[in-house]
Amino acid sequence: MQAPASPVLEARDLACQRGDRLLFRRLSFALGPGAACHVTGANGAGKTTLLRALAGLTTPFAGEVVRSGTLGLLDEGSGLDPELPLARALAFWFTVDNAPDPAAIMARLRLAPLAEVPVRYLSTGQKKRAALARLIGQQAAIWLLDEPLSGLDTASQAIVSALVRAHCAGGGIALIASHQPLDVPGMGSFAIEDFAPAPEPADADGGEAAP
Amino acid sequence: MILALLRRDLAQFFPFAGGGAALPVVFFVAVAMLYPFAVGPDANVLARTGGGVVWIAALLAAILPLEKLVARDIALGFFDQLRLRGLAEETMMAVRLIAHWLSFGPVLVAATFPAAALLNIEGETFRLLVLGLLAGTPGLAAIGLIIAALTASLRAGAALSGLLLIPLALPILIFGAGALARQDQSSLGFVTALSLALVAIAPFAAGAAVRAAREN
Repeated sequence: MQAPASPVLEARDLACQRGDRLLFRRLSFALGPGAACHVTGANGAGKTTLLRALAGLTTPFAGEVVRSGTLGLLDEGSGLDPELPLARALAFWFTVDNAPDPAAIMARLRLAPLAEVPVRYLSTGQKKRAALARLIGQQAAIWLLDEPLSGLDTASQAIVSALVRAHCAGGGIALIASHQPLDVPGMGSFAIEDFAPAPEPADADGGEAAP
Repeated sequence: MILALLRRDLAQFFPFAGGGAALPVVFFVAVAMLYPFAVGPDANVLARTGGGVVWIAALLAAILPLEKLVARDIALGFFDQLRLRGLAEETMMAVRLIAHWLSFGPVLVAATFPAAALLNIEGETFRLLVLGLLAGTPGLAAIGLIIAALTASLRAGAALSGLLLIPLALPILIFGAGALARQDQSSLGFVTALSLALVAIAPFAAGAAVRAAREN
């Protein structure tokens, strides 16, 4: 699954809801090859919902998503079997994705010493790194990263930034939802609150009142 | 990708591969062992009612693995990741159905041999029992998968799935155990038909349920 020549990720007038609540509307952007974009927003503002809609896992309330190129998603779920040793849990995805040089990927994310540790014993940060290894092995053209830095130590955060830089330098697209800044030059950004629907008339006096 | 998935699913659900998946078989044999103590050692009573007890034990044993069958992988994001790689939920569920059946069907049939010895079931009755279980367990697996997928996003899903399985499994039980009472093979054809229909529906029903579970 090599990245196609020119991956595209585009949102057109996207609106998503969670339960009965509209989280954002009229959200449009277009990302071409090599583009990175940082999505910010408070907890519950709709970052994860946006990423899942972009991934095609959920149907948006309105608008459409245009996507070309393979897609990798890094989110809460690692997709790694909890009771398997890390190396075997990752091996499943490496096999499915036909990943080149799994050992190098694991070394890159400093996972080699953890190879025999069952996934459920890994810490939050270690699990996050394991999920990143899965993502790299996938060689997807478009990366959707949901809080890729949470739980990571400083050194690992630098690795993530470097991975995103390399991914974009190779013509890939990265959309990152995160509270923390990433060291990626030329990265665009938008706040998801800018697309929040107008407050209800009842609490309109507060202006930017929290929902 | 499908072969890799089947291998993974089998490793997850196969008894004795860890994770306590041998529980249904232990449960099944335990019922067969305890029944003679409960009703007394009368060989005639055991031979006449034993087949029905084995069927009930098989049905209840099929409920035990349901909790882990779908809900855990939804929580893990496992199905999401497969979806991103272009695999349809229906395919994932078809693979899971095969793995689920392989993990308890054949083992249950094998466990019928010691169970039958304990319950004094032999001859034609034994043959009908084994044939019936072979025909009926795929249907039980299919019902189990549908229910496990439907209840995966519910808080009390596991308790509910047991209740839901019972009425749906009744036809298989009636015709499967009925064959024993009348010593008549023809109703096993009906069990097979039920099983095949359920197996055909299950991947679509369960696949739709897994998709729907993402929306909340």
